[in-house]
Amino acid sequence: MHSIPGRRLIISLFLIFLLLPIYWLVNMSFKTNAEIVTTMTLWPHQPTLENYRRIFTDESWYSGYINSLTYVIINTVISIAVALPAAYGFSRYRFLGDKHLFFWLLSNRMAPAAVFALPFFNLYSAINLFDTPWAVALAHCIFNVPLAVWILEGFVSGVPREIDETAFLDGYSFPRFFVKILVPLIASGIGVAAFFCFMFSWVELLLARTLTAVNAKPISAIMTRTVSAAGMDWGLLAAAGVLTIIPGALVIWFVRNYIARGFALGRV
Amino acid sequence: MDKTINQKAWFLVLPVFAVVAFSAILPLMTVVNYSMQDTFGNNQFFWNGVGWFKELLDPSTDLGGRFLASLGRNLLFSAIILAIEVPLGIVVALSMPREGWTVAVCLVILALPLLIPWNVVGTIWQIFGRPDIGLLGYTLNSLGIDYNYVSNEFDAWATVIVMDVWHWTSLVALLCYAGLKSIPDAYYQAAQIDGASRWAVFKAIQLPKMNRVLLIAVLLRFMDSFMIYTEPFVVTGGGPGNSTTFVSIELVKIALGQFDLGKAAALSLVYNLIILIVCWVFYTVMTNAGVERPAKKGGA
Repeated sequence: MHSIPGRRLIISLFLIFLLLPIYWLVNMSFKTNAEIVTTMTLWPHQPTLENYRRIFTDESWYSGYINSLTYVIINTVISIAVALPAAYGFSRYRFLGDKHLFFWLLSNRMAPAAVFALPFFNLYSAINLFDTPWAVALAHCIFNVPLAVWILEGFVSGVPREIDETAFLDGYSFPRFFVKILVPLIASGIGVAAFFCFMFSWVELLLARTLTAVNAKPISAIMTRTVSAAGMDWGLLAAAGVLTIIPGALVIWFVRNYIARGFALGRV
Repeated sequence: MDKTINQKAWFLVLPVFAVVAFSAILPLMTVVNYSMQDTFGNNQFFWNGVGWFKELLDPSTDLGGRFLASLGRNLLFSAIILAIEVPLGIVVALSMPREGWTVAVCLVILALPLLIPWNVVGTIWQIFGRPDIGLLGYTLNSLGIDYNYVSNEFDAWATVIVMDVWHWTSLVALLCYAGLKSIPDAYYQAAQIDGASRWAVFKAIQLPKMNRVLLIAVLLRFMDSFMIYTEPFVVTGGGPGNSTTFVSIELVKIALGQFDLGKAAALSLVYNLIILIVCWVFYTVMTNAGVERPAKKGGA
């Protein structure tokens, strides 16, 4: 009843539209540069793993993936840790300035990264965190913490208040109630929030690039350097691109059942 | 749900406040400070008052001209992608399979573009669209269409728009899908008994249920397209000429390219103010939509 005519065709066409450019990238990554430049082939005629081999053996390449994953994980942990109690606070209590505070948080999620690039550069240089994963992780908190609060608040509100009250009557202290009862109840919400923190920290480039120079350079920044280099190495670029898609694809697979609800920020 | 008033809740919120304030308030103060000054290098600063702001809003000056032109381009871009992505997202959400393993497959593929780093999205389309090595560019050119996003303004725009549709329509679709999933089957059964047409079901049942998520979708898409930087920067570099230079690209050019701190800071503040206003409208509409008039159609 709630389907529309020709829906199979529509969804198939749309999925093909989504996959085609990705397929082309994967296709390129298995080709030699000679094949890419000279002929137009729909699949690699002389498949090669050379591009991937170069990334996995050259430290300046693979360290980029390690750096990116490091700050993404630090950021996700910080964001969830500070957002959990706040989400509970916003969901259960009214307090002085709560609405304004919530709006202020939301407005930071929406603030353009370009505005913060330069001040962050100054700030993190001043406190000697420039070019460390911590700088990027803390900088990404500006949009991930509000988002995590937002999502988790939706999930905490889905837990009936009676559960809190019963637990307190049973003599649970607040921290114990939080860890033993609330966290397990909203485990899926925490998973979704962690997924979104991971996602937005993983895809962001502008701040990550501005706040790193040599030691903590993220993979996306290493890729841009190759793009601007003379004599474009398309195969290598494509292989590096494919490798950045893989962590995301893995993470999606784990949260696939909660994705839709998560995108609605727990508010459906 | 009625909430109890308890000022101790501030302690729960304090860590978030501290983390975000560190990242938001301190840098913003730097920006305000810079926006009032001029610099000639060597860390020497001169008081300039509201001079930069005056210049920024006056289209006859270089700075103002650049800002207003990029703002215009950005608003046009946001309007176009919203006009494409919202209807397309709704159609895709309505076309989702209802059950079985195909649901998971569709969800995973839909979410895939959202998890690709933004510069890689740019790289993908850069490669895909090139007339010499890209499938899209090669095919279009062999069909006799002269397509080159590097030299032709229209092609550059088309590429950036199709790329954004590719990248973000899934977000709208997933949000709508979440809204559709929350509709109880009883509604559809009732509609069937009444003999309602397909269109009537959409208008009377599905659209009102999607209202709230659609609102989130429209505003998230507006915000993010208004701040777009990485993807067009990688594909077109803002060109040809300045034709795809959006506000963020212009800002980064001034701030990190020319190190014109005063101008960049003034631009940042005005830019941020626009975002803040839109955000406030979003917040007000969203909090009101949930409480007072749930059935009314909330446009944006």
